[in-house]
Amino acid sequence: MKARVYVMLKNGVLDPQGDAVRHALGALGFDGVNGVRQGKVIELDLADQDAATAQATVTEMCEKLLANTVIESYKIEIE
Amino acid sequence: MRAAVIVFPGSNCDRDMAVALKNAGADVHMVWHKDTDLPDNLDVVAIPGGFSFGDYLRVGAIAARSPITQSVIAHANRGGYVFGVCNGFQVLTETGLLPGALLRNAGLKYICRHVELTVETTNSAFTTGYAQGQGITIPIAHHDGNYNLDAEGVRALEDQDRIAFRYVDNPNGSVGNIAGVLSENRRVLGMMPHPERLAEEAHGGTDGRPFFAGLMDQVVGA
Repeated sequence: MKARVYVMLKNGVLDPQGDAVRHALGALGFDGVNGVRQGKVIELDLADQDAATAQATVTEMCEKLLANTVIESYKIEIE
Repeated sequence: MRAAVIVFPGSNCDRDMAVALKNAGADVHMVWHKDTDLPDNLDVVAIPGGFSFGDYLRVGAIAARSPITQSVIAHANRGGYVFGVCNGFQVLTETGLLPGALLRNAGLKYICRHVELTVETTNSAFTTGYAQGQGITIPIAHHDGNYNLDAEGVRALEDQDRIAFRYVDNPNGSVGNIAGVLSENRRVLGMMPHPERLAEEAHGGTDGRPFFAGLMDQVVGA
């Protein structure tokens, strides 16, 4: 089974990369982009298990390694 | 003073750090990240600069979960001295031994140059070699030195006199111009600038030398 983890900087944490992307979009003529936040997606290929167990395990992975909860938030999707 | 310098894959300031510690009179042991135990009767652990594990995932993230790092955390929790420079600072924030996190520089560029710092407190083994408020010049070389901490956290650091160094002219967007911070027990320090790179005449300056000399005095005198 697959799990997908979305890691984003928390609201309020400045994202200079996202901001640079926003400026570049403006330079290309894309008006009306009020903000850009850049994050990452981590795909995990997991041994088959029930979804609740997978959710709990991946949550632990996020807390211990995949996200730095001081500055980042995460969202988990189990397929 | 017995010191260990931790070496991760991608560390590149480990030998400079060892030289600076040796020149201050320390007995230095290089410790590979897969080792699980630190040398016996160790006083100080130094986590050097570099790009441990290629900065994969987040700067310092993988190194903070290395086998040896668990022993470094235990050493710190026993009241041992630990300091991290540059990538070492990033590793220490990832372990939770120091508050906050280091993000991409506000200007997005890698910066490698000398910067002026102010010594904000002399109340630590790492800063006792300086004078309160002293201006010093120390090199920086980093892409992710933008210190991030919420307002409440910054206030706590200020109230507890735990800001070791501030930038005179903020190069990277760090909150409160913070260049180095101390743990609550004042025995763990992280800083982005590299004192080991300006510690002897041949380096073109010696403003980093009191960092190591002061640490030596404090630990040996204790």
